[in-house]
Amino acid sequence: MTSPGRTEGLLRELAPQVLGALVRRYGHFADAEDAVQEALLAAAASWAAQGEPDNPLGWLIRVASRRLGDQYRRDDARRRREDLAASWSLAGPDPASGRDDTLILMFMCCHPSLTPASAIPLTLRAVGGLSTREVATAFLVPEATMAQRISRAKARVKASEEPFALPSSDERAERLRSVLHVLYLIFNEGYASNSGPDLARTDLSGEAIRLARAVCAALPQEPEVTGLLALMLLNDARRPARTRVDGELVPLSEQDRTLWDRSLIAEGTALVEGALQLRQVGEYQVQAAIAALHDQSVQYADTDWTRILSLYELLEKMTGNPMVTLNRAVAAAMAHGPGAGLAVLDELGDRLGDHHRVHAVRAHLLEQAGDAGNAIIEFRAAAARTTNLREQHYLVTKAARLATESAGNQREPPPTRMS
Amino acid sequence: MRFMLLQSYGGVEADCAPMSEWAPEDIKAHIVFQQVLNRELTERGELVDAQGLAGPELARFVVSDGSAPAVITDGPFPESKELLAGYRLVDVERAERALEIAAQVSAAPGANGVPIRQRIEVREVLSAPDPEV
Repeated sequence: MTSPGRTEGLLRELAPQVLGALVRRYGHFADAEDAVQEALLAAAASWAAQGEPDNPLGWLIRVASRRLGDQYRRDDARRRREDLAASWSLAGPDPASGRDDTLILMFMCCHPSLTPASAIPLTLRAVGGLSTREVATAFLVPEATMAQRISRAKARVKASEEPFALPSSDERAERLRSVLHVLYLIFNEGYASNSGPDLARTDLSGEAIRLARAVCAALPQEPEVTGLLALMLLNDARRPARTRVDGELVPLSEQDRTLWDRSLIAEGTALVEGALQLRQVGEYQVQAAIAALHDQSVQYADTDWTRILSLYELLEKMTGNPMVTLNRAVAAAMAHGPGAGLAVLDELGDRLGDHHRVHAVRAHLLEQAGDAGNAIIEFRAAAARTTNLREQHYLVTKAARLATESAGNQREPPPTRMS
Repeated sequence: MRFMLLQSYGGVEADCAPMSEWAPEDIKAHIVFQQVLNRELTERGELVDAQGLAGPELARFVVSDGSAPAVITDGPFPESKELLAGYRLVDVERAERALEIAAQVSAAPGANGVPIRQRIEVREVLSAPDPEV
């Protein structure tokens, strides 16, 4: 007997290697991927009862190949034997390592012809080894819907007629950017929805970290890959303090920092420092550097806002992303007072339109500036526009608390938070 | 049998200020009430789905004849009170049970803990035809 958790971990680890081996041998990514899924399900059932085989990878490749063969025998009209034979000769003879296969699969699943909404589930299934049901649960959609989304994504990969190989050097940088973007989105999806009533959902942040580790192991000299992994670890370190037991969000300033995961912070910090030494700064490294500065502050009051502000300025120059400008407004306020932050918001103009985060940031800055009346209006505006239930609760409560306080504070000075 | 229990913004009968004007502890009590109710319904095996919708500020109306570009209307809408605020989908053994749940939902606590007496629209979901009949 083997413990189910261990078996599950091993299966997910081996999934991309099995798929890589099959695609190398037979071609046909889409069909091979189905066969691997069947083999994984068969393994989960059989290994739990009879224990793991001596050579789990060999077992899975053998079973998946057999399933693929069954599929072709069933499917005699459309795909003929010579079709299969032709794809054999295409498969390269070089026995590449499982690491490379994982990477090639990542590039295929995050192909630029796929939207993130297609690339994400395909990556989780084909590279992450998750079942369709697990992916569906993670995104709160019916299993049949997710199955359809995955098979459409596979059809598109097939249509791109890409060989099973690493992208050529001239398109590699851009392709890598797509891979990192997909991993970043998977992480954020998990991070935003974590805990509370959603505990049963698949741990997407954990999956994103696992996949980022795999890409990082295959490409140790790519500082942006390392930067992204560091960013994930440094954010994930705060996870235990981010939500209360009832699921409500806790802002950074109010988090119990003793709950932060010190080993993740140490690992993430070391990774980002190593990456920055390669002198090819990119946006994930800068974001990770900012996260590291937050994580290293023992108290919120110790935060090095001047350095964080200069990192946001750098990030803004690199990306031109108005969301970064919004974060710069917060950092400017913390470094130089709320007036400086409000000035940055004026600079932002309407580049973010009526976005709830603009209202939320303005609300916080007005509150700091002592303008409770307008802060309440902005908190309410933000609450009315957010699409996140927990954030809505937070913003509504914030407005209410401020209204109560400003009614009571006609006599008393506002409370100051020292710890 | 499945029932949709629908709540709109205007369906509050008690003389009730919007939630953003309640005291913080009243907001908290309201949220906890919803969470506890959902947990109870889940434990009884009745809750299928419960969702709150983003506010009327983000609502848009779309009309199309299938060929010309669709006509998309942004808010603010004069009839925003009639917009749906959220719903629960429950699977119950008797219609009476759906009404009972609706009554519980309606009596959610509001400002100063006074029940908001929200009007709940109870609608049975049409079931699929039995192919063997």
